[in-house]
Amino acid sequence: MSVAADPALAADGRRERRFFLSLSLPALFIVGLAAILPLLWIVRQSFLTTAGQYSVGNYEKVLSSGLTWSALATTLELSLGTLVVCIILGIPLALALASTRPRVANVLMAFVMLPLWTSILVRTYGWLVLLRRDGLINAALTGSGLTAEPLPLVYNFTGTLIGMVHYMLPLFLLPVYAAMRDIDTNLTRAAASMGATLGQVIRTVILPLSAGGIFSGSILVFIYTIGFFITPAVLGGGKVNPLSIRIERTLSTFQDWGSASVLGILLLVLMALIAVMFLTARRLMAHNKMGAAHA
Amino acid sequence: MLEAYPDNRLARVALWGFAALVMAFLILPTLVVVPLSFSASDLLEFPPRAYSLRWYENFFGSATWMDALRTSLILGTLTAAIAVPLALLACISTNRLGGRAAATIQGVLLTPSIVPGILLAIGLFFVLAAQGLVGTLFGVLVGHVVLAIPVACIVLVPALARFDWNQVQAARSLGADWARAIGGIIVPQLRISLLSATLMAFLTSLDESVISIFVASGRNSTLPKLMFLSLRDQIDPTIATISTLWTAIVVAVILIVTLRQKS
Repeated sequence: MSVAADPALAADGRRERRFFLSLSLPALFIVGLAAILPLLWIVRQSFLTTAGQYSVGNYEKVLSSGLTWSALATTLELSLGTLVVCIILGIPLALALASTRPRVANVLMAFVMLPLWTSILVRTYGWLVLLRRDGLINAALTGSGLTAEPLPLVYNFTGTLIGMVHYMLPLFLLPVYAAMRDIDTNLTRAAASMGATLGQVIRTVILPLSAGGIFSGSILVFIYTIGFFITPAVLGGGKVNPLSIRIERTLSTFQDWGSASVLGILLLVLMALIAVMFLTARRLMAHNKMGAAHA
Repeated sequence: MLEAYPDNRLARVALWGFAALVMAFLILPTLVVVPLSFSASDLLEFPPRAYSLRWYENFFGSATWMDALRTSLILGTLTAAIAVPLALLACISTNRLGGRAAATIQGVLLTPSIVPGILLAIGLFFVLAAQGLVGTLFGVLVGHVVLAIPVACIVLVPALARFDWNQVQAARSLGADWARAIGGIIVPQLRISLLSATLMAFLTSLDESVISIFVASGRNSTLPKLMFLSLRDQIDPTIATISTLWTAIVVAVILIVTLRQKS
């Protein structure tokens, strides 16, 4: 008699499955209470007028405001800017780390990861100290005569971007470094022995083989930066207003819960769109790779 | 990886020079605050002209900062104490269930770590406001617990995947119930992973700022919330002190963990 056909055993299996499901319930309950319910509440609130009636008035108000669209543009500029700088700084660093002995690389990686372990506020404060008008960098620049006037490095877009890149770079570096570590060194040796220059090896062997890691790192950068709040709030000095800052201002300065909720939903939609875009790109990339393999 | 090019000195030097600059960029902001915290001046002069411990006295002598520190430590402890057991049970559940059920549960538990913090914060604010619970420790605590659960799961999922489940089956066949199997076998065997999950859950709460900014208030304000407010208003050198202490503690914890792993 097969196991599945024995009703007693099947009932036992079902009971055990129910028991295992129940082990997840406490965690699911609290996530439902403190994460899912709040998100649904934002949806509800977005349709509520200040008088407590349901309408699409909040949407009309928010979507017809120029501030909303400039906030959306700022959000995308910050995310894209962060990604571009992370790629420029991160790929050479990953390449250098991946080409040293693992022991040395591990120690250096620990240094690189140090910012990840310190509070975002600690780091933001460090950047304020460095970037202010009378800060360390401006003192060095004017002191050495490189610039006559102190440069406006903080309380603007530049400062915000620097802070965001500093936050994201270690996270971007992790998957890129891992991908480069995994490359079989025989491949680069083979390319070299066939006469490829260093530039050619990087372009035709190393970068294509670490594309997956670069891709994952890019997704991370987008998912994280799209909702960044602390960095623009402190280093933007009120002049950089992505969606997250508009949400906070709409909520605490104008007490307009409905409009803040609409902005929140806009942020969610933006995230979903970007996720879909990345997933489609990944599928296309995988498809092309298969096509190339068949050809 | 580039060992096939030993002669290409110039490229090597350029690459490492660039890498060193990027690493300096990453480390500098954390280090620059250390000397400032020992400054005797009200201004942020660098290097400080005279040294003192006045900002340390200012921090430890201020009732507001000490309240915030106490709140943060209590919150971190409670968060770890609640999130890690819940995460352990959930990870045992997904490990045993497998398939689509496990993927769905994991997806739900991961939601708080993917959704932007600002959305969780305002959503939680709305829900708590409807219950009159804004500003209570409870409100911040539930927010921190849902953020810490995915962090704990990151440590516990691979640990449970390595775990030899035959031991549990043996215990069960000898009459142990599940509570005893979990408490007597799984927990002791996973103690190292549970310890790092606890530490990471604690740090997640200690470091969390956005939910605190929106939901905590008054005596229940956390350290990050107070730091945020004082950074936005004026640059108080007391923050340099907190930053230095924070970095020192983190470096100490990392060193202890790595040295323990080696021994």
